[in-house]
Amino acid sequence: MSKQEWPLYEVFIRSKSGLSHRHAGSVHAADDQMALDNARDTYTRRSEGVSLWVVRSDRIIASDPAETAAFFEPAEDKIYRHPTFYEIPDGVENL
Amino acid sequence: MYTQGLDQGGAEQTALSETDEKMAAFQQRIDAEEKIEAKDWMPEAYRRTLIRQISQHAHSEIIGMQPEGNWLTRAPTLKRKAILLAKVQDEAGHGLYLYSAAETLGVSRDQMVADLLSGKAKYSSIFNYPTVSWADIGAIGWLVDGAAIMNQIPLCRCSYGPYARAMVRVCKEESFHQRQGFEIMLTLCRGTEAQKAMAQDALNRWWWPSLMMFGPNDSESKHSAQSMAWKIKRFSNDELRQKFVDVTVQQAEFLGISVPDPDLTFDEESGHYKFGEIDWQEFMDVVAGNGPCNKQRLAKRVDAHEGGEWVRDAAQAYANKQSARAAA
Repeated sequence: MSKQEWPLYEVFIRSKSGLSHRHAGSVHAADDQMALDNARDTYTRRSEGVSLWVVRSDRIIASDPAETAAFFEPAEDKIYRHPTFYEIPDGVENL
Repeated sequence: MYTQGLDQGGAEQTALSETDEKMAAFQQRIDAEEKIEAKDWMPEAYRRTLIRQISQHAHSEIIGMQPEGNWLTRAPTLKRKAILLAKVQDEAGHGLYLYSAAETLGVSRDQMVADLLSGKAKYSSIFNYPTVSWADIGAIGWLVDGAAIMNQIPLCRCSYGPYARAMVRVCKEESFHQRQGFEIMLTLCRGTEAQKAMAQDALNRWWWPSLMMFGPNDSESKHSAQSMAWKIKRFSNDELRQKFVDVTVQQAEFLGISVPDPDLTFDEESGHYKFGEIDWQEFMDVVAGNGPCNKQRLAKRVDAHEGGEWVRDAAQAYANKQSARAAA
């Protein structure tokens, strides 16, 4: 296997209009069109989708799991962003 | 289709450099039923166990295309042929979902394929048995995929996220496989005497190898305890095998054919069927590479891979040309 491995593409499927695309898995392909074709044959054999996205895995920028706590820390102490933070007296309706 | 042995291979040792603290935190996450994702810290032995298990599983799907592919051109009707073609294509798809899951652990697709082709990697022993009649296609769907489902449903809750998600997808499709197999058996069993005899013959030959798919007895299973602790595995080999026997014997009764086990009895007290001793020597022989079709299966896979090389080369050359043009 001295040859170069085909690049890896991540596959995202929109199962029906109105829903977001969702990660399904990955495929290898020599080029973008082949990645779409392979994704269709691998992940939508039973009409699982109406739209497919493929993106080269090495183009995805991801947060680092080891830094999760620090990375998401700014949101931790802002509980006033949640409606449950506010106390509303009994008798106030529609709020 | 399916893997077995889920725990074959050498003994794993935890690297000394891994701190106890990290290990304890990892186990805590597992115990809390948190899923482990690709880039999360994990013990090296957990990673290696999963790579081995998932790649063996993927290889089994790929090799599993051969026994059924053997009947594609001889399926009795066009409908059966179309169904079988879809099923074999599903097996390829299952292999691909699983390779994709294994790759998230840092092993390359090419490496896994190389290990399969060199004979270094294992795959399920069941696919080293021949499919000599059309009834075998029914028996494979009913028994082999049935056994696979028993094993795979708990894997949908495996602690490793990418594997668990791949298994959800596989299990949905596996159910079609099992039903189509049972339907072939049912059609044969409702047919002529000769057809029914074919179904019985297939059951006779596939029954014991199907029971072996669950792997060695718990007392002999090397990695089970650790895999259970890591929640890669949820039930023991013997528990799953018992479950399979309990549901399948009743299905055989419905078909009107009999399981080839003189020791099979229903135990009122436990509510389970008691079954005879499995020929573990046969199992060991097949795993060691001396089953009826081991050499043929591997040779065919190597041949297909080498035969497809010019297609891969051409696709790569085309992709290179396209990107050179786009750059110019």
